[in-house]
Amino acid sequence: MSLELSEPLQKTVDSLSENFSESLIKVYQSSGDTFIQIEADSLLEVTRHLKDKLHYVYLSDIFGIDRYTSEERFEVVYNLLSLKDRARVFLKVRCEEENPELESVVSIWKSAGWNEREVYDMFGVHFRNHPDLRRIFLPEDFEYFPLRKEFPLLGIPGSIELPSTTPESE
Amino acid sequence: MGLESALGNGFLTTKMDTLVNWARSNAAWPMPMGLACCAIEMMAFAGPRYDAARFGSEVMRFSPRQADVMIVAGWCTYKMSHAIRRIWDQMPDPKWCIAMGACASTGGMHRCYGVVQGVDNFLPVDAYISGCPPRPDAVLHALMKIQDKIKTEHSVMLDS
Repeated sequence: MSLELSEPLQKTVDSLSENFSESLIKVYQSSGDTFIQIEADSLLEVTRHLKDKLHYVYLSDIFGIDRYTSEERFEVVYNLLSLKDRARVFLKVRCEEENPELESVVSIWKSAGWNEREVYDMFGVHFRNHPDLRRIFLPEDFEYFPLRKEFPLLGIPGSIELPSTTPESE
Repeated sequence: MGLESALGNGFLTTKMDTLVNWARSNAAWPMPMGLACCAIEMMAFAGPRYDAARFGSEVMRFSPRQADVMIVAGWCTYKMSHAIRRIWDQMPDPKWCIAMGACASTGGMHRCYGVVQGVDNFLPVDAYISGCPPRPDAVLHALMKIQDKIKTEHSVMLDS
């Protein structure tokens, strides 16, 4: 597959394949965006390199994907932006269905905190060394992860409490 | 009515209920529970073009203790439902409730785990308004329905 990379993106891909040739799984383009898939073990080193050496200082977003496959079911995508080079890459890592766990990137981008909490809230992916990994949208005692494919559209009846319809004084 | 002539000018006889209901129905102050885009139409309802002041409902009260009609305008999540119920419980009796728009009435297009499928799951709703969002005329219509309802209530005389 031929890639049509702009100069800063080519520099990024070259630098990664030079320094992390073993953890680089795949580089591909889709709809004009560039995706780099890496091994989950080397997430911290690669992101550190991307930020310190290649100026990807801005973490736009983190999101999860439930691929609903028997192996490497969950995928987490990091949307990175280099303000200096005006380049955007999507960094992808995958994890297993049983105890999905990844390293937190809060030590690299502080803004990752809430994004990782959202991925945890919706998909149940844990982030090691996250300073405050709690649910961000749903009630803290909620037991399910609603963006997983097996979760029913209308939720589990009775899983979230409605307010009592008798006033407290009565 | 023979009695008025005996009492002279400036008097009339009526039932206490009718008098109280007349006063209440023309001073139904709304509690705007604006949760989403319906709240924009609710502002138009209170504004000069549609002019809720004609019905005595121009005073939007952001304190539940001064309000009579709660207008739930917009979709309501399970998390928000507790806050709404708490505000409703703080409103003094007698009180009425309007579910404005498809989302507040039935959940509307938000057919998902996080949104309560109709605020009547935890509030006693008096009037439902269809539409997404409803036109301000429809809100006025609901308000007039509430006024009709107030006028038929027994406020002082007990229903025995």
